[in-house]
Amino acid sequence: MTPVLGKDLIGLEDLSAEQIRLILDTAEPFKEVSERHIKKVPALRGKTIVNLFFEASTRARISFEFAEKRLSADTVNVATGGSSVEKGETLVDTARNLEAMRIDMVVIRHGASGAAQFLGQRIRSNVINAGDGKHEHPTQALLDLLTIRDTHGRIEGVKVCLVGDVLHSRVARSNIWGLLKLGAQVAVCGPRTLMPRGIEDVGVTVFRRIEEAIEWADVLNILRLQLERMERGFIPSLREYFRVFGVTVERLERAPRNVTIMHPGPMNRGVEIDSRVADGPHSVILSQVTNGVAVRMAVLYLLAGGRPELADAAKRGATD
Amino acid sequence: MSPVDRSILLDARALARALQRMAVAIRELAPDPDHLVLVGIQRRGVELAERIAALIEKDEGVRVPRGALDITLYRDDLETVGPKPVIGETRLPGNLADRHVVIIDDVLYTGRTVRAALDELADFGRPRRISLCVLVDRGRRELPIQADIVGLKVETAAGDRVEVHITERDGVDEVVLVRGAQ
Repeated sequence: MTPVLGKDLIGLEDLSAEQIRLILDTAEPFKEVSERHIKKVPALRGKTIVNLFFEASTRARISFEFAEKRLSADTVNVATGGSSVEKGETLVDTARNLEAMRIDMVVIRHGASGAAQFLGQRIRSNVINAGDGKHEHPTQALLDLLTIRDTHGRIEGVKVCLVGDVLHSRVARSNIWGLLKLGAQVAVCGPRTLMPRGIEDVGVTVFRRIEEAIEWADVLNILRLQLERMERGFIPSLREYFRVFGVTVERLERAPRNVTIMHPGPMNRGVEIDSRVADGPHSVILSQVTNGVAVRMAVLYLLAGGRPELADAAKRGATD
Repeated sequence: MSPVDRSILLDARALARALQRMAVAIRELAPDPDHLVLVGIQRRGVELAERIAALIEKDEGVRVPRGALDITLYRDDLETVGPKPVIGETRLPGNLADRHVVIIDDVLYTGRTVRAALDELADFGRPRRISLCVLVDRGRRELPIQADIVGLKVETAAGDRVEVHITERDGVDEVVLVRGAQ
């Protein structure tokens, strides 16, 4: 018997549609736990989890920490700013030190693509990728999928367009994998300089104009414009970007249907998204945040359980 | 494959009579309907609680609040529950303080499920009293837990399996003992 998700959660590219659905289904009952008066269940009691954040994060770190605490795990937060030490070396050392302290799980965010996998291959603890460079951010995509399923009742056949800096976005990458695996129709829209080359080859539609994307889509997932991109010359100016690609009330009013508005945060109001859209009736941005805790609880719970070496004991203890 | 020894412990009519007896016993145990809450343990305990509540309603015209409890997250064997845990819905009617909660489950065996249910209920409030009502008590407890109301008591061996089938989930009402399963 193999564990349902394997040892680590690195990216949605590695998961089957069935595994992704299992995580979403497992997240459902965890939503209710967060609505309880006592928001805590003992499922991960005695587990030690390290949140290892090499990159700034507020929402994701807090969301993971709530998820861990609501499952009764003991947590330690390690936030390291930029280190002068060469990154690979730092990680190996850090990993060895963590192992020596007998931890059970590591949640890692790192600026280098592949960092989570690198760590997972070197320690016995479960590793959860909370964003690695431009590679993947699986729990963000999972909470996006859950939110789409909540609002549309399904994912298969739903038309989802990712808007903005798709090229540098690990959120977009994870979303595209997850959406395609679950049978959604996927499109991207943004400046030519911020579209990955050859993306049409994996079955993703490319819209050059935001008006076309809005006309087509059931869901717009509007990515944060990473402001450092402007300095590097990918876009001419923020004002220009908003004028051409900004999601505004005026543009949405011309859509043939109500378009669900999503954003992984943090938002640049008035750059990629109009404030009135972000706070409008079809925005599910705060539902995404609520679902984030439930999805992370589901991932932690599934990774902690179902270890193959204990499968025999499972057969004995499963029915009472 | 070796032949398995299956015997029917309760057929549909016997199961219906057992539920009727349990419904009466619950009313004797908890005469004040205003404070009574039936809480079924996922999964079949939930349907059994519905049935018992319906019987009480039919006989006495009082509507008993009911709830559902999934104890998966309170188990003491997370790492051994197998690769694909299914967590059911937990929904409890309002505040449990000052209520008499009757836990309903299909089979009482090791007692670990009930232990988990007691822990979980404690996180929802402080009931005045908690009682336990099961359709089948198959013995072989691993914890000091006993039921207040039992539909059927049966002696079993460790390798046996007691299967409760109910129409809502399984298309048939019956309780089956499978000898020396596994």
